[in-house]
Amino acid sequence: MSQHFFDQFLFVALPYVCLFTFFLMTIYRYRAQSFSYSSLSSQFLENKHHFWAVVPFHYGILVVTAGHFLAFLIPRTLLAWNSVPWRLYVLEISALAFGILTLIGLVGVIVRRLGSSKVRIVTTPTDWILFLMLLVQTASGVSLALFYPWGSSWFATNMSPYLWSIMKLAPDVTFVAAMPWVVKLHVVLAFLTIGFFPFTRLVHVLVIPNPYLWRKPQVVRWYSRREKTR
Amino acid sequence: MNIRSQVSMVFHLDKCIGCHTCSVACKNVWTDRKGADYMWWNNVETKPGTGYPTQWEDQEQYHGGWEKDGDQPIHIKSTGKARVIPNIFHNPHMPSMDDYYEPWTYDYQNLFNAEEGSDQPIAKPISMITGKDIKVEAGPNWDDDLGGSQIYAANDPNLAGLSEQQRLQLSSVERLVLFYLPRICNHCLNPCCVASCPSGALYKRGEDGIVLIDQKKCRAWRSCVSACPYKKTYFNWFTGKSEKCILCFPRLETGQAPACFHSCVGRIRYLGVLLYDADRLEEVANLPDEELVNGHRSLILDPHDPEVIRKAQSAGIPDGVIESAQQSPVYKFVMDWKIALPPHIEYRTLPMLFYVPPMSPVIANFEDGLATHKMQGLFHGIDESRIPMQYFANLFGGGHEGVVRYAMGKQLAVRWHRRAETVGDVDRATADRFLREANCTVEEAEAIYKLTSLCTFEDRFVIPPMYREQAIEMVKEPHEQRAEAGFGFVGGPQRGG
Repeated sequence: MSQHFFDQFLFVALPYVCLFTFFLMTIYRYRAQSFSYSSLSSQFLENKHHFWAVVPFHYGILVVTAGHFLAFLIPRTLLAWNSVPWRLYVLEISALAFGILTLIGLVGVIVRRLGSSKVRIVTTPTDWILFLMLLVQTASGVSLALFYPWGSSWFATNMSPYLWSIMKLAPDVTFVAAMPWVVKLHVVLAFLTIGFFPFTRLVHVLVIPNPYLWRKPQVVRWYSRREKTR
Repeated sequence: MNIRSQVSMVFHLDKCIGCHTCSVACKNVWTDRKGADYMWWNNVETKPGTGYPTQWEDQEQYHGGWEKDGDQPIHIKSTGKARVIPNIFHNPHMPSMDDYYEPWTYDYQNLFNAEEGSDQPIAKPISMITGKDIKVEAGPNWDDDLGGSQIYAANDPNLAGLSEQQRLQLSSVERLVLFYLPRICNHCLNPCCVASCPSGALYKRGEDGIVLIDQKKCRAWRSCVSACPYKKTYFNWFTGKSEKCILCFPRLETGQAPACFHSCVGRIRYLGVLLYDADRLEEVANLPDEELVNGHRSLILDPHDPEVIRKAQSAGIPDGVIESAQQSPVYKFVMDWKIALPPHIEYRTLPMLFYVPPMSPVIANFEDGLATHKMQGLFHGIDESRIPMQYFANLFGGGHEGVVRYAMGKQLAVRWHRRAETVGDVDRATADRFLREANCTVEEAEAIYKLTSLCTFEDRFVIPPMYREQAIEMVKEPHEQRAEAGFGFVGGPQRGG
């Protein structure tokens, strides 16, 4: 009974609270405090180790996150891909490689922030909490890839239905309740990160500058004719 | 023809005494804040020298400005559409604080609170970033007045193309020379910072051409810092936003000169409107190097030409702005007299701050141990000046001497003319010959003399009416605006979490 209650709390109540917080606070912050939306780059203060920490981290986490989204969105296609062994191996090894890249980058980011006195000054308690969360999350993700093989397949068969049940407002914790504790930790921490997201520097992910790719080089703002820009 | 108006500037370097009053005025008004502490939207450099940030003119290092490869259209040297996303995590050409300096203050309290001892207490330098003791090794004016220095002056990127003998000459004690180069944002017509911003946060104001950064749209991608070849966009390390000179637009809008202009002791600064043809910007920015200075001038339109006036009116430029353009001192220096030149036009940003190149002492010859100088002709005096013409050409002529020689010759002729008028040790015929050689009439020489030496506040600053109140009316009900505007940020510009 208590186990059931516990699962309901961690995998139903908590996800909804986190998702609700995410949407509400992200929109509120964008509307009320748009000044605070910034990547808060510290490259200006420390440029020697910046590349070796920040670049692996970003490329790693972008690919890994994209992989999770794909498994969530197109689980059947993924299973079909994995039905041939070599394709499964390629996918799993790439996923592990990018996971390790993320971990190396993240450790680099943390070491750099601890090591440079200037960068430490612009690192807030929120940043440290976020780094700790991401570190545990990445480490648990990498250990899953190592010790619970073929995650791409069991994500598609077991985790996708759970996540979809959350999305469809008909939560079903059957699959996730049977998972080992590392998986549970990974899931809970994922939702916590989503809930924490709007209060952190992570909001810069939402303002990636895609319009640059198709806008004209020069920007002119007219105050007397609002619509006209060149 | 697409006529626009631009608030433009002239800095008369022959009058700059290097007092840094402009820098201090600007610092006190705009950048005396955490995160902006290292920024000098206005700074004064000693030339030859390395400047701030160190060697900012070396684009092999900083990759600023536009680049032209053969017949290809120009592109931003540091970034571009294909490179912006892969380089967004780490900007490969971003200068770091080490290229500027680490701001510091002093532990003045120690002078009062120090324990009693056998030594005088001192105020130790303290980093304004970390609050810890620092060893001060660089500052915004570290090479101030160090003309001739082997560490600073000798590393000036503008010395490119000078012969070994000319370089030695610049640093020999008897011939040592320096001048000052005050710098602010040039509010360019083809700003590289604007074109590089992935977020579209930077923009040029349509009405007056002032280049600004929308603080609410800036996301700290840092592209503008790398892209600006003059290094006049700065990264606020505390708020995580870029900032730059705003040409004191709140002052301009209320009819006051910008703080640096207003406070200028040497009265070197002039401000006025220029009308230009925005349709030809792309064409001019793509001209070959040697045609850039004249191409840039050809963009600027004669505000007295009835055709220009008619088209300006139909483009929506208010009559008050056109009248202001007709009285613009900048138009006189840049277009009528052609003695003010854009800095580093080869960066192709089409800067709208022009410099009157400074006269330097002529090289003395030694006869029997005494320094003497005999001037045979007007241009002899220019070619013999202590700063080689090639140096000025690198700075103000895109590497080409012609336009700089013209500007220098005219200034020198004006001096001879006034000398003939007032001192009398030069005969009128010689002065007239020099004026003719410099393509200058007596009337023009008098006008140059008056606007250079006897200029009043009103002569120097012809500030156009900005009609802000009318502009706002078109967008919003004035009463509504009054109820909403005025407080700016709620809670101040805090760093995001």
